[in-house]
Amino acid sequence: MSELHATLSGIGVSAGVAVGPLVIVSPPLTAPPNEAPTTDAAAASQQVRDTLKAVADGLLAKAANADAHAKPILEAGAMMAGDPGLAGAIDTQLQTGKGITNAVAAAVDEYCAMFESLGGYMAERVTDLKDVRDRTVARLLGQAEPGVPSLTTPSILAAVDLAPAETATLSTETCLGIITSAGGPTSHTAILAAQLGIPAIVQAAGILDVPTGTTVALDGGVGEIIVDPSAEEQQMLQDRKARREKALAAGSGKGMTKDGHPIQLLANIGTAADARKAAVQDVEGVGLFRSEFLFLDRDTAPTVEEQTATYTEVFEAFGDRKVVIRTLDAGADKPLAFADLGHEENPALGRRGIRLGAVRTDLLDDQLQALANAQKATGANLWVMAPMIATRQEASWFAERVRGIGLPKVGVMIEVPAAALRSFDVLSEVDFASLGTNDLGQYTMAADRMQGELSALLDIWQPALLDIIFYACDGGAKTGHPVGVCGESGGDPLMALVLAGLGVSSLSMAPSKVRAVRTALALHDLAQCQQMAAAARASVGPKEAREVVLSMADPVLHDLL
Amino acid sequence: MATREVAIGSSVGLHARPASIFVQAATATGVAVTIAKAGGNPVDARSILGVMALGAKNGEVVTLSADGDGADAALDSLVALLERDLDAE
Repeated sequence: MSELHATLSGIGVSAGVAVGPLVIVSPPLTAPPNEAPTTDAAAASQQVRDTLKAVADGLLAKAANADAHAKPILEAGAMMAGDPGLAGAIDTQLQTGKGITNAVAAAVDEYCAMFESLGGYMAERVTDLKDVRDRTVARLLGQAEPGVPSLTTPSILAAVDLAPAETATLSTETCLGIITSAGGPTSHTAILAAQLGIPAIVQAAGILDVPTGTTVALDGGVGEIIVDPSAEEQQMLQDRKARREKALAAGSGKGMTKDGHPIQLLANIGTAADARKAAVQDVEGVGLFRSEFLFLDRDTAPTVEEQTATYTEVFEAFGDRKVVIRTLDAGADKPLAFADLGHEENPALGRRGIRLGAVRTDLLDDQLQALANAQKATGANLWVMAPMIATRQEASWFAERVRGIGLPKVGVMIEVPAAALRSFDVLSEVDFASLGTNDLGQYTMAADRMQGELSALLDIWQPALLDIIFYACDGGAKTGHPVGVCGESGGDPLMALVLAGLGVSSLSMAPSKVRAVRTALALHDLAQCQQMAAAARASVGPKEAREVVLSMADPVLHDLL
Repeated sequence: MATREVAIGSSVGLHARPASIFVQAATATGVAVTIAKAGGNPVDARSILGVMALGAKNGEVVTLSADGDGADAALDSLVALLERDLDAE
């Protein structure tokens, strides 16, 4: 066995097995503080121009192979790198005697400051500008450009974490698997990998010390990584993959437990394109349609007509299947140029979701009007819910507006522990609720979802979170109104059993996860699920909770993880 | 010095896609064209960063200027471009 051979572990966030060469995504380099000052400004200026040209050419080459979503991002970057104004600003810095990479950084930072002060769309371009800066600085230092390199052979990517712009260029043909040393189960990387069906592991300590090119095997279900695996180990993983495929192939149609208790299996979608892709899958409808994409990246709110057209497209894709839409969920962390309520110290605890809707009723009413128009035109089985409801009064306020406009089904997201604990009150005002377990976890544990170091607190198996979900379902049951789950936890086959046992009536997830969850449910009776839920809640910690549930599960379920 | 005044026709303003189309067209003329908002400093029309930072909104009037051979023809073509709603095309 070679000296490289090792086993690493992390948190599996997207199930599946992959074997391939490792490609480490280089982290960005910063301009060195001790750089030699520029003495020949003219020569340095020419070198900068040549480098910017190379960066622009590289981005254009990537754009040529990118999909419709990534292409404009890359082309915009190429245009910035080729900007004569930027080259001129760098010249000005070089003439003060600054070292060459520091001159580039200073000139770009000036533009960034200007764009940030303009806010909205312009502030978002700062990410693109900084990307151009990092590529230029790396080239000037004689290093590889940071970010995901163009993959010529199918590979496994490893990085500290991947930025949205980096993941935008990934394809399932060349990216076999993703491993990050940081990031959490609800990070952007994890969600994207699950959507694409790419096996992925986060929080894998030590992975960045493995040399690029080393063969690596990963199992995204259990979070295991084998560096330089032996033939037997590769075979073992392939066998597991084959058993998994066999188990998955078994079921189709509506979700239900072995004894026939129905659990609806729904898809999470974010765009009309997602809707078209999800609609051809074996799902019972949409459990979470995030409407934000219509509002982000623009200077003015979308008109009622524009929204109506998009909603109509989504509803038509799903025919008479249920579609649950969440009204606009924006706030200080997802700012909108046309609805900026100003800086907040704690955006997650600030005026986001329905709290923004209550201030900007014009935005909410336009959205509801567009939904009503599209529903009327298509006869869609539409369910409308509000994000960030905390109290019965908020639920009642929202329900009145939705019903007033003629929409049949109104509900709330339960992400705030207050709403979960008082779910009988909240659900007395509305027809249904959906648990956003990512945010519910964040607020229950007082741990920022974006803070990878706190991912242990955000574990979906935390008994406190399970208790909160239990209370939410219990209150819901007393009103006779359904409570579903639309967070990432609904897509975990083992957790799905616990959620069913806690009283959840529907699970919404990335469409790629539906098959495994359907199979898991079909292997167990509702009574078994209830016993698992009770055992998980009786555990002292998340690790113990998961272990005890796994020990109670059907052996075939192990192959699904 | 040739100059032209034109109101921005793009519904989103001179931003994003309309801004890149304009900058590409300005670069293609081969003439050093500047663009300015009323009372503002002129910026190089070939600079995407400069043009985006202008923040010219729909309906806002901008001034294009250029010198030398081909200046009039270049400005006329750019005026015709800015009058259109580039985002809708």
